[in-house]
Amino acid sequence: METIPLNSPDKEFIREVQERSGQNVLSCYQCGNCTAGCPYNFAYDLSVSRVMRLVQLGQREAVLKSHSIWLCATCQSCTTRCPNSIDVAKIMDVLRHMAREAGYATERNVKAFGDAFLESVEKHGRVYELGVTASYIRKTGRFWTDVDLAPAMLPKNKLSIKPHEVRGKEHVSAIFKRFRERDTAKENS
Amino acid sequence: MSISVGYYPGCSGSGTSVEYDKSTRAVCKKLGIELNEIDDWSCCGSTPAHTVDHTLSAALSARNLVLAAKQGQEEVVTPCPSCLANLRTASRKIEDENYRPKVEALLDEPCDEAASVASTLQLIVERVGMDAIKKAVVKPLKDLNVACYYGCIMNRPPELMQFDDPENPMAMDDIMEACGATVLPFPLKVECCGAAAGMPKKDIVTELSGRLLDVAESLNTEIIVTACPLCQMNLDLRQGQVNRANGTRYDIPVVYFTQLLGLALGLSAEEVGLSKLVVDPTPRLRFAGVL
Ligand code: SF4
Ligand code: SF4
Repeated sequence: METIPLNSPDKEFIREVQERSGQNVLSCYQCGNCTAGCPYNFAYDLSVSRVMRLVQLGQREAVLKSHSIWLCATCQSCTTRCPNSIDVAKIMDVLRHMAREAGYATERNVKAFGDAFLESVEKHGRVYELGVTASYIRKTGRFWTDVDLAPAMLPKNKLSIKPHEVRGKEHVSAIFKRFRERDTAKENS
Repeated sequence: MSISVGYYPGCSGSGTSVEYDKSTRAVCKKLGIELNEIDDWSCCGSTPAHTVDHTLSAALSARNLVLAAKQGQEEVVTPCPSCLANLRTASRKIEDENYRPKVEALLDEPCDEAASVASTLQLIVERVGMDAIKKAVVKPLKDLNVACYYGCIMNRPPELMQFDDPENPMAMDDIMEACGATVLPFPLKVECCGAAAGMPKKDIVTELSGRLLDVAESLNTEIIVTACPLCQMNLDLRQGQVNRANGTRYDIPVVYFTQLLGLALGLSAEEVGLSKLVVDPTPRLRFAGVL
C-alpha cells in the first residue's frame, strides 16, 4: 500500500466536498461499517472508510487519484448502514465529479463506458446499445470484450439494431448543451 | 378496483429486458391496473449521468416527470430500480425550492408540475395486495423452490425509497408465496451483482454474481426471481461468463417476478416472454406443473 503524507491538509478540498455533497464528512468516526458492507472492497485500492478519512485529512490528490471512486457502483450499502447517517455513496459520486473535472480518470474504461452511454442519450434521447458498444470500442481501442455474449443475445433480439429515436430528442440534447455551457460559465466565474 | 397510472418503461425495456416490460404490462392488465405509457419519454440518464453531475441527472429524469404531469398523470410507475432511483431523486430535487431553479435552468422549462414515482412492484404490493393476488391465482407455483433477489437499490437508501425493508425486503417473497411457491431464505437478497461493471470491468461481475449463484445453488434454488434488468442480465446472460471465469457449472434460470406471477395468473409462456431468457426455465416449470 502506498504511504500517504498527512501534512498540509487541503482545507479547500474538505470544504468543497462538504458543500457539493451536502454531507458532514467530519462526523465520520471510522467505525468501518461502510467498508464492511462494500461489495467492491475486494477491487478497491482505498477502502471506502479510508476514502472518508483521507477526505477529513484534506488529501485531495490521494482521493481524486484513487481507483475506488471510479469502481463504486452506487449500491447504497454504505449510505444505508452508516451510523452517522452520512450519505457516503453521494460523497463517492461527488469525488468522481471532482476527479473528472481535475482531468483524472484512473479507470479509463469505466469513464469511457459512461461517456459512450451519455453520448448515445444525447444523440437519440434513449440509449442505443449497439451504438454505445461501438463507441466504447472506439474510445478504449478494445474489441468488444463481451463478444462471447453475441450468440446468446442475437437470436433473442436483445440487441436492437436500430436506435430508439425520441421525437423530443432535440430537447434532450439541449439539456446536455446547457449543462456544458453552465460548466464553462462555472469555470470562468 | 381500477387503478390508472403513468408508465415509464425505461430504455432496457425495449432492449435487454423486453420480457420484463412485456410481462409487466400483461400482469398489470390482468390485475386491473391501467398503465399509460408516457408519450415520448426519454432516458433517465441511468448510472452514468449521476456520476457526471447531479443536476444533469435530475434534468434528464425531470423531463419525463414533467411530461407525465402534462399528460395528466400524477403518478408514474417504473419496473426498473435504477430508473426508479433516478426519477425519485429528481422528484425530490424538484420539491426542494432551492434546487428546483438549477433543474429548470437545464430543462429550460418550469418544473412545478411533476408526477410522483413508485416501482411497479410497490404498486402491486400496496395497491393490489396479497389477498387479491391469491384469489386471482389459477396455476399455483407449487413444487417450485424460488429465491428472491432484490438487488442493491430497489429499497436503498431507505430514506429515498420509502418502501419495504432495506436489509430484508419481503415484497417479492410475499408475492411468490401468494402464488403458491416455496420461498427460500436467500441471505444475499440485497447484495450487489456487479451492476454496470459488466462491460468495463467484467471480473467484478463474475466475482459478485458468482457469489450470488453460489449461495443460490447451495440452497437448492430452482429459479432465481428478480425485479431488476441489470441483475437479471448479470445472472442470466452472463451466467456462462461466470461459469467460465470461476470453473463452475451453474444452470439456474433467472426470471422476472412478473413472469412467474403472470404464469400463476394464467398467462401463457409467450405472453410473459419466457423464450427471451438465456438459461431456459421451461424444464423446471414443466416439472413443477406450471407449464
Ligand atoms: S460507516 Fe459512516 S461513520 Fe462509519 S466509517 Fe463509514 S462513513 Fe465513517
Ligand atoms: S455505494 Fe460504492 S462505496 Fe458504498 S458500499 Fe456500494 S460500492 Fe461501496
